[in-house]
Amino acid sequence: MPAVRPRRPSPKLDMNPMVDLAFLLVTFFMLTTTFRTEEPVLVDVPASHSEIKLPDVDMLLITVSEDGRAFVTIEGQDTRRRVLGMMAGHYGVGFTAEQLDAFGLVAGFGVPLERLGAWLELPPSERMRLPQPGIPSDSLNNELRDWTVFTRIANPRVRVAVKGARRAPFPLVKEVMDMLVENNINRFNLITELERSVPVEP
Amino acid sequence: MSEEFTPRARRPLHKEVSIDMNPMVDLAFLLLTFFMLTTTFSKPQAMELVMPAKPKADEVVEEKPIKASRVVTLLIGPDDRLFWYRGVEDVQVNETGYGKDGLRDLLFRLDGEIEDLVLLIKPMRECVYENMVDMLDELQITGMQRYAMVPEEPGDRELLVQQGLLQE
Repeated sequence: MPAVRPRRPSPKLDMNPMVDLAFLLVTFFMLTTTFRTEEPVLVDVPASHSEIKLPDVDMLLITVSEDGRAFVTIEGQDTRRRVLGMMAGHYGVGFTAEQLDAFGLVAGFGVPLERLGAWLELPPSERMRLPQPGIPSDSLNNELRDWTVFTRIANPRVRVAVKGARRAPFPLVKEVMDMLVENNINRFNLITELERSVPVEP
Repeated sequence: MSEEFTPRARRPLHKEVSIDMNPMVDLAFLLLTFFMLTTTFSKPQAMELVMPAKPKADEVVEEKPIKASRVVTLLIGPDDRLFWYRGVEDVQVNETGYGKDGLRDLLFRLDGEIEDLVLLIKPMRECVYENMVDMLDELQITGMQRYAMVPEEPGDRELLVQQGLLQE
């Protein structure tokens, strides 16, 4: 018969500090997180050495995609709803209360106003999947200008940023810039990503 | 140990109360992972652009003539090409590239050679947005004070074709 071995203590780790830390981090992330606003279209932005950071609130973002479509992203649910109300009044297009609520939750879009109601009726997953035609910005029907102007009225502190795709034709981006200057928005931001090289001093 | 204690009353004292914490911890880590992945710490970078205000309807803009020798024209061409020339008449067009060795060197050199340098930036209709951002970035880095974005003129295109830099 084998000798009775001394009983080894079972390996037990004290998990409490780890769990404490996990909960601390959960709390931290829950409190600090701001969800990334869904982007209406993915664009590859050009690089620059500028390191200005943009705020999350009070922003109006005009995105120009590679094929020249324009998209608008308005920050703030309340602002969005008011802007849509003004647009509806201006163009004489009616929106139901549900559509207005749905618009409050949509950050960015690129749909002409007369089709916006039908687009808002779609389930959210469907909305982003469908190709969006872009917001009309030609001289006859410049909805982009009106979105900009009404957003400025709804929220006077709004800052305008232009997010252009690298290979977007410059004349189209210039049109957007000219439109902004035309409406006395002379100071705006161009969204870029940080270039990974250090500028050389002369 | 006294004999008064019945085994029934004794048992709760000895048995350890243990709650299975595993599901809670699993959930905590799940949430932690979720928030770590969805949170955005990096805000988008941006460059600030201040455009000249449009003149009011009744306002007369007086344009002072600039000496031709102080002017350098930069033509943002198609296919990421960049052309430049000094002066206004009988000019020799040169080609350079974006980036450190091309445009940046050129701007530093011109700034050293010409006093009160005035840059005219003419984006041609085929150029892309990235070219413009590169240009603005280099202007910012080299600290150029006077530059203007002006529309291209038909003469510029002819000039490029004449000097064999561009196909018609």
